Amino acid sequence: MKNTRTLRTSYHTKLKIFKENWTLYFLVLPAFIYLFLFNYMPMYGVQIAFRNFRPKKGITGSDWVGLKHFIKFFNYPAFWQLLGNTLTISLWSMISFPMSVLLALMINEVQNAKFKRTVQMVTYMPHFISTVVVVSLVRLMFDRGAGVINTVLTGLGGDRVDFLQTPKYFVPLYVGSGIWQNLGWNAIIFLSALSAVSPEHVEAARIDGANRLQINLHVYIPTILPTIIIMLIMRCGSVLSVGYEKIFLMQNPLNLDVSQVISTYVYDLGIVNGQYSYSSAIGLFNNIVNIILLLSVNWIAKKVSSISIL
Amino acid sequence: MATVNNKIKYSKSDKAFGFINGAILVLLMFVLLYPMYFCLIASLSYPDAVVQGQVTLWPVGFSIDGYRFAFEKQEIWRAYGNSIYYTLFGTIWNLFLTVPCAYFMSKKELPAHGFLSWYFLIPMYFGGGMIPTFITIRNYGLMNTPYTLIVLGGISIYNMIVTRNYFDNSIPGELYESASIDGAGPLRTFFTIALPLAAPILAVMTLFYAVGHWNSYFTAMIYVTDSDWYPLQLVLRNILIENQSVALGDLASEGYSPEEISLLKYQAKMSEAMKYAIIWIASAPMLIAYPFVQKHFTKGLMVGSVKG
Repeated sequence: MKNTRTLRTSYHTKLKIFKENWTLYFLVLPAFIYLFLFNYMPMYGVQIAFRNFRPKKGITGSDWVGLKHFIKFFNYPAFWQLLGNTLTISLWSMISFPMSVLLALMINEVQNAKFKRTVQMVTYMPHFISTVVVVSLVRLMFDRGAGVINTVLTGLGGDRVDFLQTPKYFVPLYVGSGIWQNLGWNAIIFLSALSAVSPEHVEAARIDGANRLQINLHVYIPTILPTIIIMLIMRCGSVLSVGYEKIFLMQNPLNLDVSQVISTYVYDLGIVNGQYSYSSAIGLFNNIVNIILLLSVNWIAKKVSSISIL
Repeated sequence: MATVNNKIKYSKSDKAFGFINGAILVLLMFVLLYPMYFCLIASLSYPDAVVQGQVTLWPVGFSIDGYRFAFEKQEIWRAYGNSIYYTLFGTIWNLFLTVPCAYFMSKKELPAHGFLSWYFLIPMYFGGGMIPTFITIRNYGLMNTPYTLIVLGGISIYNMIVTRNYFDNSIPGELYESASIDGAGPLRTFFTIALPLAAPILAVMTLFYAVGHWNSYFTAMIYVTDSDWYPLQLVLRNILIENQSVALGDLASEGYSPEEISLLKYQAKMSEAMKYAIIWIASAPMLIAYPFVQKHFTKGLMVGSVKG
């Protein structure tokens, strides 16, 4: 064993391993083919961002136009608005991250097993509700007429507020309903990291006179820090991919100035209006920014804490 | 963990900490439960009371008109059936692609493992994007067929990695060794030893994928144009979000007769009442299913380096 590790597996042993296990390659074959057809082929198709795609001429038959579509997008008057909206929504959504860590720590502090299980069941529940239903709930709750929120507001002596039609409430409603839906779900990963904290460690801190808050600050949080960093890196890789499925449902003509983001714009241009090449270029730009962000955050994390996802 | 803690005598401030912690969690549970609870009581109340905003904490009156109205709609039944079909076969397809692949990827000593882990990692972070994917799939002739929503979204790399980690960490290597000494081939070891032991993660994956199919609407909106093949969520979107309830402001001045006005008002009221019932009809299957698998979530979702 030690020899193979230091000398690296030779060609000969590799061949031997392959001969003994070649049937296992059938297990990976379906996924391999699926990814080739449905992920790698579209990546090959991304070249239409540099062409003038015409369905009749096909992907490789259409004319090259270089960076024309990218330049068009950068010069599009609403470019900065789209980018700004995307970033605003994405960055505000980040507040759910520390909240999930906090919830995990709070659930971890519950001593009564039954109560703990109930809290977990209830906090996971909204994750299993569909986006369509969540957006409907928002509309029903915040409706100007019959919505419960407005019933309560007027009951307290306030005025009715038209939450759904007022642009400034779009981001709070989007982010708030997102937290409502996924707060508990996102806490699971930290709960599972917390379950790995050794009881002896906690016990030692207690004997040293630490109270529960101090144990959280000095034992629990440092132990789950690697998990927090990994999740944060992954989160940074999707800063420009906001949940367009939900935004799309929450859009209306009145809030379009704040709710139009890059991905919903791509949908409008590409799927609805058939401007395939231009919308592909915008999508590619979005994707490249994400990759650059992911790799830089990963690189920084590696330098600072030697934690990395790649 | 809990047993260790129970022996501890907490100080007064630690007890207060525990009490405040519990109180905040109770409040949080109320906020999380209330919207669905509201839909339940609203779906069972008099439609008039709901429309006038009288329902807040308890049902006002008792009526199942919302459910009756919803069940009379042919399109909801059909979409329900479609969604069951997509969820059932889609999930089987997902497991077929994910689980064997995850088992293979847990065997790091196999030749080409390094290449394959990059092959699977790249699509996690980079893709062709919405439009090139759309064009590719349209070229395959997968637009608007009964199979489209089953085939698409075949494998989630994240789920594959979670499953691989389970094979890696939760199944002792000695078991594999003893199986191979007993003369079992590598495929037989997978089917007779690894798969049965992986039952918890299989349950988790089944749930994740099933929820994904049941709750998705966007793929259908792009690839399915024939309303006969609409899944439930797309029909829900049309009923709950696209159909604004009729503005009943000044129908008389627009030339409606009193009979027509009362009929329109009745219909508007009923479709409003129906919304609450539909939300429950659509959400119930997944809300009933997940508590059965819940205890495996924390164990199944251990995170680590995604590559390896």
